[in-house]
Amino acid sequence: MSILAIVLITLVKIIIIANVILITVSYLVYFERKISAWVQNRIGPNRVGPLGLFQPFADVLKLMLKEDIVPDAANKLVHTLAPVLALIVAFTTYAVIPFGPVVTMFGYQIPLVVADVNIGILYVLAFTSIGVYAITFSGWSSGSKYSLIGGIRSSAQMISYEISMGFSIAGVLLTAGSLRPMEIVAAQHGWMWNAVLQPIGFITFLVSAFAETNRLPFDLPEAEPELVGGYHTEYSSMKFASFFLAEYANMIIASAMIVTLYLGGWQVPYIENFGLNAGITAIMQVAAFLFKTGVLLFFFIWVRWSLPRFRYDQLMNIGWKVMFPLSLVNLIWAAIVTMLLN
Amino acid sequence: MDLYLILFYFFAIITLVSAFFVVTTRNVIYAAFNLMLTLFGVAGFYVLLGADFIAIVQLIVYVGGILILLIFGVMLTNKITDTDIKSGFLNRVPGLLIVGTFAGILIGTLLKSTWRIAAPLPPPVAGLVGIGNLLMTEYTLIFEILGAVLLIALIGAASIARKQSN
Repeated sequence: MSILAIVLITLVKIIIIANVILITVSYLVYFERKISAWVQNRIGPNRVGPLGLFQPFADVLKLMLKEDIVPDAANKLVHTLAPVLALIVAFTTYAVIPFGPVVTMFGYQIPLVVADVNIGILYVLAFTSIGVYAITFSGWSSGSKYSLIGGIRSSAQMISYEISMGFSIAGVLLTAGSLRPMEIVAAQHGWMWNAVLQPIGFITFLVSAFAETNRLPFDLPEAEPELVGGYHTEYSSMKFASFFLAEYANMIIASAMIVTLYLGGWQVPYIENFGLNAGITAIMQVAAFLFKTGVLLFFFIWVRWSLPRFRYDQLMNIGWKVMFPLSLVNLIWAAIVTMLLN
Repeated sequence: MDLYLILFYFFAIITLVSAFFVVTTRNVIYAAFNLMLTLFGVAGFYVLLGADFIAIVQLIVYVGGILILLIFGVMLTNKITDTDIKSGFLNRVPGLLIVGTFAGILIGTLLKSTWRIAAPLPPPVAGLVGIGNLLMTEYTLIFEILGAVLLIALIGAASIARKQSN
């Protein structure tokens, strides 16, 4: 394959993924509002377009037309930098998540992942840890105590849960024997999804993912009744929209990661026994990935509107005294399973 | 100029310029941010050298762990106690003397030594597997001792942080 072909194919993949994510994010907000309305026995947005379907576009337009207010006490440079960082982190992480198998198109072997990196999982971990900066900087630079407390809470929470997250991932890496997302997905053929092989790890990872994305029941950084809006209290207009966008984009990453690591990625169990041709199989596998991610996104929203918020000490207790030991137990279990399977 | 060289100079400029700002800026948060860029640049060098695992670990450990704790400390002390932590210029003359001497020695050695250029090595294969095997065979003892050191540090941190009971 020539350099030009590689660059072109990669560019096309990036453009497709970036657009899919932007559209998904805007409709995720719409579905969040709709589902919350169902949960609370309301109707939800229904004015803009049929069933309120054009609501996201109205929201974006409204946010763009708002005045961008920077408080006097803020550190202007860092205040502007923080939302940019949040977006960079949210969007670069998708590069390593495989959304389909290797397909042959126009005579080229194209893996359906932007970058097939052999340490892809570590790449995701590294970028989530950089995501802490966006929140810390925004909290610090706003020059407001609500922002600062929100920022500190958020980064403390993310750092604590990163540990149990890392150990849960270690279990998956043990069974797959690789750090390459494509191989981790390939290792989960048939019934051998990691969610079945190591259920404890699945649960600890799921809970940590909720904490990492700052979603309820772990949304203490935002905690409207106590902190106004947390680290983005002092943000308005498109800067606020960037944080909003990054938050929902992170939710999609978390879902896609859970699917890749525990729910078999793009695999449809036993699809090879049906004797379908390669094209249809590939389409079904991509559809399966999108379906699984969608179900998890629904789960994220469902949990948010069903559960109350933890107290801060409860959050730390669960992180360090429950999730961390459980993820260690899972690591030993994963080692046993790997030995038995081989 | 091939792509490799362009990337090398790109990372070199990032590393050097941000490192310059780390030591010259008067605002500690800016210094921390520049240090992040410096660490990024170094990670870039590791990638160029084919050590992608080391590069990512560099990001996870330094950028994601150590630097964030540093920023935490600065943030909490800077805003809450109302004493501005700012770095300034102190002891200019002795500082200049010491730095000047060292710089002179370094530049002198650089110019005087004859550089031997080795034949290019074959690109390293499967970094992660190699590192894992080495850690579990040749360097087991060092690996275990490092683990013990980290455990001691953890226990120490916990005992300092816990409330003093009378």
